[in-house]
Amino acid sequence: MRFVVLVKQVPDTTEVEVDEETGTIIREGVPSALNAFDEFALNVAVDLKEELEEEVEIIALTMGPPQADEALNKCLAIGADKAVLLTDKVFAGADTWATAVTLGRALKNIGEVDMVFAGQEASDGNTAQVGPEVAAHQGIPQVTYVAEIEEFDPDEGNIICKKETDEGHVMMKTDIPVLLACMPKPSFEPKIPNVKEIMKAKKKPTEEWGYEDLGGDEEDYGLDGSESVVMETYSPPPKGEGIKVDDKPEVAVDRLVEFLDEEGIL
Amino acid sequence: MIEIDVDICTGCEKCVEVCPVDALYMEDGIAVLKEEECISCGACVSACPVDAIEPVIEAQEASELSKYEGVWVFAEQHDGTLKETGPQLLGKGRELADELDEELCAVVIGNDIEDTAEELFAYGAEKVYMVEGPVFEEYSTEAYTAALARLISKYEPNVFLYGATHLGRDLAPSVAGRLGLGLTADCTGLSIEEVEGRKVLQQTRPAFGGNVMADIVCPNSRPQMATVRPHVMSPIEPDFERDGEIIEEGVEVHEDMISKEVLEILEPERAGEIPVEEADIVVTGGRGVGDCREDFGLLEELADLLDGTVGCSRPIVEEDIMPKAKQVGQSGKTISPNLYIVCGVSGAIQHKVGIRDSDHIVAINNDPDAPIFEMADFGIVGDVEEVVPALIKKLKNSEE
Repeated sequence: MRFVVLVKQVPDTTEVEVDEETGTIIREGVPSALNAFDEFALNVAVDLKEELEEEVEIIALTMGPPQADEALNKCLAIGADKAVLLTDKVFAGADTWATAVTLGRALKNIGEVDMVFAGQEASDGNTAQVGPEVAAHQGIPQVTYVAEIEEFDPDEGNIICKKETDEGHVMMKTDIPVLLACMPKPSFEPKIPNVKEIMKAKKKPTEEWGYEDLGGDEEDYGLDGSESVVMETYSPPPKGEGIKVDDKPEVAVDRLVEFLDEEGIL
Repeated sequence: MIEIDVDICTGCEKCVEVCPVDALYMEDGIAVLKEEECISCGACVSACPVDAIEPVIEAQEASELSKYEGVWVFAEQHDGTLKETGPQLLGKGRELADELDEELCAVVIGNDIEDTAEELFAYGAEKVYMVEGPVFEEYSTEAYTAALARLISKYEPNVFLYGATHLGRDLAPSVAGRLGLGLTADCTGLSIEEVEGRKVLQQTRPAFGGNVMADIVCPNSRPQMATVRPHVMSPIEPDFERDGEIIEEGVEVHEDMISKEVLEILEPERAGEIPVEEADIVVTGGRGVGDCREDFGLLEELADLLDGTVGCSRPIVEEDIMPKAKQVGQSGKTISPNLYIVCGVSGAIQHKVGIRDSDHIVAINNDPDAPIFEMADFGIVGDVEEVVPALIKKLKNSEE
């Protein structure tokens, strides 16, 4: 069996700022990390592999600049068996659709895949679109907002997972191959690889593929292959300074009721 | 791609400095573009202090694009009850349709939903496209994607909006992926702008948890699709006298096409209470309130006094203290009440994102450095179990 986990390297914080003069995001001094949602998805895949009797190969797949191999190294230490980095100047400027096309073609290159795992979204763009768009590109079903895997029956070729909905949670059964977009609980504690696992990871294979490895035309990728175009980025308008009271409860409450009166709420 | 107005350019070189791919250089004191290098990131457009640089959208088959007409809204329903996002999107859709001088239409999918479809006229829809059948009774990505792909291919709308609910964020990218369309996620602003002589949908969305805003357009694919954050747009005053045309579209979906099946619904909706996303006043509690249902009694008392409803943060749902339907925040309900009182919630970014459109935010927390205070209009540093009873007492006194 083969599982592929789609991962992304993201800035290690959402506290990024826009340079007011240039309108671009300040990236200097902002460290990178493996997107936490993807780390959860990888953990789900690794846990599932450990439960299964048959042999499973887990491949961590990412598209990004050459430095994104850091995120892949972490995946290998956590439990991926192999990593693939899609990196090419041609891939730059991709929107979610062009990203999905690139990842989708890489999946085809990998060959038979039984399950695709992805984080529900990435902490930088928060679009939650790449997973479902990859599923659509591959023509496989998707389950989004997956909280946990309840049961996996490789012989019957189906999986039961618990997923979040607008109303609460449901148990959903689906045929494989399937793409699962996984949503971690805040209480999720990622596996921290030990020294041995980190050493072992260094011996695991990482491949680098460019657009020539994936086929198609240059125009299919990156900005040329994108349907959406960012016109401008900027900081949100600042919110005015609020009132803050650090006093006895009775005093604080009096001032609050005054404030609510002034605002016409009470 | 961009265009540089040589008459305006002052040669300050700001654009050259910010270009991430070195596509700009100076020649005779004027910025020049190496077209083959440009990735149209817009960095230079923002950086130019004299607005000498304009983005250029390459018009691909512009004649093809203009045949797409109409602003369409996906109206979610559950068991025949219209979800709020439909009317909200129709509210914004009305403005966009007027601006474009095009029709405003809604799409509703389900089983036995004619009354639901009729309701959409009250909120401004001129036409309602309805897809009905037992196979659409429960939401499934496959069946709903098939229905929308058919409608879009047949009727060619110009704009297509979805609510950024769990369902919308499952369905919209599936449709976009199927048809190879652009899609902008979780928008908080929509407007019609003229770019290169064409009216396009400008989609504004936050990224990095709201620390960065971006304006996005989908210049070359139609419909221009976006998911829109719930409660950011307002519905128009409903007029139930208003009528329109229902177009029933037969879409056949075979059972075998649906590879998924819901085995069990774990937490059904609770009846009788005002849902957090509909309440005018919401009182929310987090870890700082306590660790059992009883501890939330205090907040319920306060909410009752104010004719509001109680919500909670994600950890409270995780610990099974409150049901999922009460969860406020990015992974729960996005809300925009008139008054949001938030007690004992530190203010993780996911929570803040879900409440940022509230009109007034009051935060009570015993940690003076809690991030929630950054967005509060009124903050009280103190223990919830002391401040809330004092507030209840004060409100009761002033009532008498």
